[in-house]
Amino acid sequence: MKSTLQKDSSKTNQREQTEQFLAPEVNIFETKDGYVLEAEMPGVNKDGLEITLEGTEITITGRRTFNCGSGEPLLRERRVADFRRAFELDPAIDTSKISARMNQGVLTLNLPKSERIKPRKIVVND
Amino acid sequence: MNVIRWQRPFLTPWQSFGRLSDLRTEIDRLFESPLAELAGSSGLLSGWTPALDVFEDNDNFVVTVELPGMKKEDIEVSLHEGAVSISGERKSETKHEGAEVYRAERYVGRFHRTVTLPSPVAPDKVKAHYKDGVLTVTLAKTEEAKPKQIDVSVG
Repeated sequence: MKSTLQKDSSKTNQREQTEQFLAPEVNIFETKDGYVLEAEMPGVNKDGLEITLEGTEITITGRRTFNCGSGEPLLRERRVADFRRAFELDPAIDTSKISARMNQGVLTLNLPKSERIKPRKIVVND
Repeated sequence: MNVIRWQRPFLTPWQSFGRLSDLRTEIDRLFESPLAELAGSSGLLSGWTPALDVFEDNDNFVVTVELPGMKKEDIEVSLHEGAVSISGERKSETKHEGAEVYRAERYVGRFHRTVTLPSPVAPDKVKAHYKDGVLTVTLAKTEEAKPKQIDVSVG
C-alpha cells in the first residue's frame, strides 16, 4: 500500500515539472513583402505574451489568467493551460524587423523579408 | 445544444523539436495529406464550437466563452426561457488577397452555443464583457433562486 502511494506522488511531481502547453491555432500566409502569422490565444493580453527568437526558430508563448470568480464549476470546457508554439523561419526573413500586435486574443506577427531578397523588377536599358 | 464539446487532442507535453515546422515541409504537407485530414485541421467539416465555462456562485452564473479575434458587434447574447444563447460570426478577412496560404487553422464562420441554466435569472441584469478574446456573461439570479440561510431556533 505504502509503495503504491509513493509511486503516485512521484508521478505528480513529474507532471508538475513538464509544463503542459496548448498549441494555438494559426494562420500563416506569405505576401510579396513577407509572412504574416496569426495565432489564437484567447485570454492572453500583451503582458502575458513572450516571443523569443533563437537563430531561425521563433517561439511564441502566451500566459493567461482565468477569472472565473469563486463559484462552483457547472461546465468546464476551457483548458487551464498556457499557449506555446514554435516555428522555423524562412531565412529570407529579416529578423530585426519582426513586429507583433495583440488584439482580442489574436497575436499577429509580421515577418518582413529582407530587402535584398524581395523580388524586384529590373529595368532593361536600351 | 452541444452537451459535450468535441476536443482536438492538442494538449501534449511541450517538446521543443516536435512542433518545429519548416515552412517548406508545411507546403509539402498541404499537397500530400489526404483531404479529410486537411478538412479536419482547417475546421471545414468540424465547425466552430468555442470552448465554454459556466460557474455558479450564490448570486450569479458566470459564462465565459473563448472567442478570439471577434468584433464586439458580431457577438450576440440572448436569454430565452432560462437558457442563454451566445452566437456570432467571424468573417474571413480578405485583406491579404493574392497571398499564399501556408496554414489555415483558425475557424471562420458562424457559431452558436446554448446553455440552460439550472435556476432562473433576472433578464434585466445580464452583463456581457468582451476582453482579450474572451466573452464573459454574468447573469444575476432572481431573488427567489438565491440560496437563503434560515435560522432554526431550537427551543
